Amino acid sequence: MYEQVLFKNRRSGRPATIAEYRAGGGYQVLADVIREKSCADLIDCLKESGLRGRGGAGFPTWRKWSFVRPDAPHPRYIGANTDEMEPGTYKDRVLVNTDPHLIIEGIILAGYAIRAQKAFYFIRPTYEMDAELIEGEVRVAKEAGFLGDRILGSDFSFDIVVHRSAGRYICGEATAMVQAIMGKRAHPQKDVHMTDKGLWDRPTVVNNAETLACVPLIIKNGGAWFKGLARTPNAAGTKLYCISGKVNRPGCYELPMGIPFREILENVAGGMLPGSELKAFIPGGASTSYMPPKFLDVAMDDEGLQAVGHRFGTGAIMVFDQHSCMVAATLNLMEYFARESCGFCTPCREGFPYIRDLLWRIEKGEGKEEYITMLREMAGHMQKAYCAFAPGAAEPLRGLLEYFEAEIREHISQRRCPFKEQYRPYQELWYPPAEA
Amino acid sequence: MLPEELRQQLETRIAAAEDPREQAINVMFEVQRHYGYLTDEGVQEAAALLGMTPLELEELATFYDFIYREPVGRFVLHVCDGVVCWMFHDGSLFDYMCRKLGVCAGEVSADGMFTVLPTACIGYCDHAPAMVINGQFYGNLTPERIDEILEQVKTLPCDIVLCR
Repeated sequence: MYEQVLFKNRRSGRPATIAEYRAGGGYQVLADVIREKSCADLIDCLKESGLRGRGGAGFPTWRKWSFVRPDAPHPRYIGANTDEMEPGTYKDRVLVNTDPHLIIEGIILAGYAIRAQKAFYFIRPTYEMDAELIEGEVRVAKEAGFLGDRILGSDFSFDIVVHRSAGRYICGEATAMVQAIMGKRAHPQKDVHMTDKGLWDRPTVVNNAETLACVPLIIKNGGAWFKGLARTPNAAGTKLYCISGKVNRPGCYELPMGIPFREILENVAGGMLPGSELKAFIPGGASTSYMPPKFLDVAMDDEGLQAVGHRFGTGAIMVFDQHSCMVAATLNLMEYFARESCGFCTPCREGFPYIRDLLWRIEKGEGKEEYITMLREMAGHMQKAYCAFAPGAAEPLRGLLEYFEAEIREHISQRRCPFKEQYRPYQELWYPPAEA
Repeated sequence: MLPEELRQQLETRIAAAEDPREQAINVMFEVQRHYGYLTDEGVQEAAALLGMTPLELEELATFYDFIYREPVGRFVLHVCDGVVCWMFHDGSLFDYMCRKLGVCAGEVSADGMFTVLPTACIGYCDHAPAMVINGQFYGNLTPERIDEILEQVKTLPCDIVLCR
């Protein structure tokens, strides 16, 4: 029903092999590019396509690549990002398990465009099976001559190594990821242009795996074709949307960029679960705000969400129903961010435990009216943090205050969570009982 | 002490990297696999191999969720506490596992088999609620299914924690 380009080779239960990928024209683009195209040609083609980063920030890919100066020193590096720890997001896992060579060819093309020597495929530890899969397929690509020394007889040599992470949300932030690969604590670096000084102070381009997978398709079919795949005039391409929560068919679907949320929910995900009614949804991972049902017809792309004061994020939709307590949901998310904060700067390190504590009290029935003001103030303070983690993480809190203030007040006035019969101590078994 | 064979294997790996520190996580994973968790001795040995001070390596070891600085069971149940999983059980599955195994988060069960840890969204939201045990996903969890899984993994060949 929807045109499948990234998922063209999707099969049930197994990834496409290199033979299957090549049968559909795979690696032909690489051969053509190496034979007859310059780095500038690739960047021009991407510019025409309008491809934006799929990892959450939505930065135009061609611009990122064009920041690498032609006279910049070597070696240069590519970082392929499958850290994917944004709650609700699992598109890269599905993509790796669908068509690993599409990503690999995209990485090689990115390497060619900036004349890099090596790529690091950064992957989280829960995706160990996928890390092994990528490693195996990289070997296969090498044996076929698409990776290694003098690729397809040209003067371009390039290699991919899989870099395993040990699990920390912040590693998905590009500058933090670079620190992590260098074996340092993954603290984001502000005011550092990675295209000048990235890995070991050499030019480095970090892209999300889905972004890279779009590249061979764009080069093959042209920028205008890719742009035309989107539903809205200013968006481009298709997008791997993940939908999860209280819907009939949760999953990862390739859909035209800019498709309205209503269509995803009703046509693609099969509507709400029986007995469930839509209460709120998060459009793009935990670093975006809740949206109430009045936004059902919003176009799911960067511009569509920006127009209504929201962020598109990773396109990972989470759907809440009328039984979900939004205070408890936000408490869960703040617990997550309090734990995952890298601890480098004060607003984020101290702010999230504070916010969590306020929400915890409200959920427990010990909330006070002034907590609402305090929460609002704390959400404001998060904008002062060093990197984009805290402002993003404060988004669900902002959504809670904006759309569900009445529900917070109900908790406070009733001195209990209106969604629970009886208060169950939150995570009572997380910590050993205090010694008497 | 690390066996000579493992030491050599790690040295080869480090020599092939752009910079020794690039291999810090892989070395910690291997040392942890050998000892069952990343022991104090393991930190010293790994740091020496990587040309780092033990403190520098400790900075990394304590930063990551999947490096265990304390003893863990042979199977570590990383239970997803992402908001989608939460939506389906409100934390109760985590409590169920802890009660069943008689442990709090991070403790080792009496038979030395299991440790339960809450884990940042594991990326298996389409099969929520979910957990990951030594690199393997288990989804659509219910108390009954957890009972089955725990019985089943006990029979898996696994000498030591794989620490994936």
